[in-house]
Amino acid sequence: MSVNGNLTAAPAANAPAAEWKPRIVAFCCNWCSYAGADLAGSSRLAYPADVKIIRVPCSCRVNPMFILKAFERGADGVILCGCHPGDCHYSTGNYYTRRRMALLFSMLDYIGVERGRTRVEWVSAAEGARFSKVMNDFVAKIRELGENVKVGDLRCKE
Amino acid sequence: MHRIGVFVCWCGSNIAATVDVERVVAEAKVQPGVVFAQDYQYMCSEAGQNIIKDAIRTHALTGVVVCSCSPRMHEATFRKAASLAGLNPYMVEIANIREHCSWIHKDKEEGTEKACVLMRAAVAKVTLNVPLKAGESKVVKRALVIGGGIAGIQTALDIADAGFPVDIVEKNATIGGRMAQLDKTFPTLDCSSCILTPKMVEAKANENIRLITYAEVEEVSGFVGSFKAKIRKKARFVKEDVCTGCGVCMSKCPSKKGLNEFNMGLNNRSAIYIPFAQAIPNVAVIDKEQCIKLKTGKCGLCEKVCTAGAIDYTQQDEFIEEEYGAIVMATGFRPIDASKFDEYSYSTCKDVVTSLELERIMNAAGPTGGVLLRPSDGKHPHSIVFIQCVGSRDVSGRGKPYCSKICCMYTAKHAMLIRDKYPDVEVHVFYIDVRTPGKNFDEFYRRAAEQYDVDYIKGQVGKVYEENGQLVVRGVDLISNEQIVLNADMVVLATAIEPDPTARKVANMLTASIDTNDFITEAHPKLRPVESPTAGIFLSGVCQGPKDIPETVSQAGAAASKVIGLLAKDKLTTNPCVAHSDELLCNGCSCCEKVCPYGAISYDTKLINDHGVKENRRVATVNEALCQGCGACTVVCPSGAMDLKGFSNKQIMAEVDAICL
Repeated sequence: MSVNGNLTAAPAANAPAAEWKPRIVAFCCNWCSYAGADLAGSSRLAYPADVKIIRVPCSCRVNPMFILKAFERGADGVILCGCHPGDCHYSTGNYYTRRRMALLFSMLDYIGVERGRTRVEWVSAAEGARFSKVMNDFVAKIRELGENVKVGDLRCKE
Repeated sequence: MHRIGVFVCWCGSNIAATVDVERVVAEAKVQPGVVFAQDYQYMCSEAGQNIIKDAIRTHALTGVVVCSCSPRMHEATFRKAASLAGLNPYMVEIANIREHCSWIHKDKEEGTEKACVLMRAAVAKVTLNVPLKAGESKVVKRALVIGGGIAGIQTALDIADAGFPVDIVEKNATIGGRMAQLDKTFPTLDCSSCILTPKMVEAKANENIRLITYAEVEEVSGFVGSFKAKIRKKARFVKEDVCTGCGVCMSKCPSKKGLNEFNMGLNNRSAIYIPFAQAIPNVAVIDKEQCIKLKTGKCGLCEKVCTAGAIDYTQQDEFIEEEYGAIVMATGFRPIDASKFDEYSYSTCKDVVTSLELERIMNAAGPTGGVLLRPSDGKHPHSIVFIQCVGSRDVSGRGKPYCSKICCMYTAKHAMLIRDKYPDVEVHVFYIDVRTPGKNFDEFYRRAAEQYDVDYIKGQVGKVYEENGQLVVRGVDLISNEQIVLNADMVVLATAIEPDPTARKVANMLTASIDTNDFITEAHPKLRPVESPTAGIFLSGVCQGPKDIPETVSQAGAAASKVIGLLAKDKLTTNPCVAHSDELLCNGCSCCEKVCPYGAISYDTKLINDHGVKENRRVATVNEALCQGCGACTVVCPSGAMDLKGFSNKQIMAEVDAICL
């Protein structure tokens, strides 16, 4: 694993820092996190423009396929945000997310997409400040990890 | 082929200041499928909507993307505009370039680039949209109000006045809530009971209102227009329709050591009791933890003295099942536990009381008959120190981060009432800020400080302790920047208020969103303050956030008017973004059925025509009236048969592709 880690870090270290901009996909549930992101917006709480949000009805709507697809297409990080455990609009959706993503992220780590590139966070509709903080932290982490080269389809890069 | 129109809103300067809208339009024009793109200052205005409608007609658009504010704001507006121009409303997608872009990015280049990506993702999604048709569902013309305080009572009265039946479920033995415990109300100083009890009587007398007291909602299923609720009516061990409320049982009951909850535990009550003299219903209840007969089988005195024959020791909990079109949460609040802030010695000194306890001490129907006596020895106090913000505006994590809103005013009231009735009592108030935004509020506070000579000290108290039987208050005066040590006979803590502990349980049952402080979240903080994001659930009173009585009453009325608006409809349109199973792909594994929180998926054996081969197969069917569209089933489906309309696998994949391009 350490060899893989070095390989992943190498191109990022050599690449000119100004050119590379991380591509980050954020899946947000409609009821809590998407509203939290709206609140971050209306409170003017900045986070990097690298984060692009996709609205889903519930975090449990996010099929692992979507996340694999994002990495295949060259995403550098994927974050999944839902309601706090116990607060899911659909009662139990985020519990499924929590368990499902624990498995997926450990598999991704195994094939070389480091743990830091994937994250599940709970952000309520009232937590605009938290949304902004989570995104700032996540982008900082991805910048530290550098470009993701592990599962990206090289044909997409050309 | 797709004919997509892209409309980019400036939102005045809200978007246009950080996003080059013309570049977004130019970029949109070269997207596959896009035949028309235009920007306008305010897309949501009538003129803006007309641009969309005209374009749909002239360019025969099959899909529309509006790059504007959050879909939570104007998705419905643009969908309606599209449908007026003859386009299926579900062929509209919103790219959120305000909240998620222009408002959070300062750099115009960066903002424009991101707006282009979000636009591209929405275009990619809309090419895969299919026209959807909203279904219809019935409206049960009955409302449920959970909580029988002033908020619940006012909401119920307003709904009942409009002619709709309404049930109030109250967990305590009487309605009335916190307001019934108060002595006087600010800023008019009218007696709380005198204005509340007529409303309680009205609620009981109104033929459209059914009071279900000493009861809790156990289960709720269904959705807006037709909820089903199961209500547990706890055993009172007293027949509600027989008891006359004479109170003889209370005087004869030998078990008198129960803490009187109504008086905040300042005195005791018997095991069989009526919470207070004006209780509605005026019916006794037996505390089963305290009753000798129920615990040991011996006693039965109350049964012997009850001339009406109302006592029934064998009574069991009853269950009521009812259907409702709308549900109002009015679960109220409680003061936080002051012993968490034990630098004020609340748990060790009897003369350190909370404001609600003082309220009972000042009340003519309270434990001291309204005479100001200190709890430890029943003597008249000569000096009282009030401490504000105990647990409010506390970011340390011990208390609450928010302002409890009512404390400044009730403290001014307490101080004024004490100085008025007992001019010999010195009153000091330690405060961080005095907050008096409300009609006649600041005048009220100034009267307390100026006319009644209440000593307001800006500063916090570090410690309250007992020394040789004397309470000592150590604090700081921030204006003179001096340490202050005061001797006090009583200390009153203005404890923060928090949502009633049942709120979280009820909210989870109703799938109503709740925030980290356990207040129920409103659908929009400014524009939809009395609705939960969950359709059919409405909010009344402090369960939504701290408020005083006038605000509670106006919010209760607002919630009622929303409920009336809903119940007045004969049919509701349902959300068409529901799950759908492809019968050809379904292998009948039952995975989806297990994860569905609504029981919307069932399995039937059907004759399937699989490319000419006809055979009976066990396949999943979604009940569209029950499905709420979470999409849990789509992810567990191993064969890919289950998909979600409006958020299909292909649509989300297309968005991912467009973002990662």
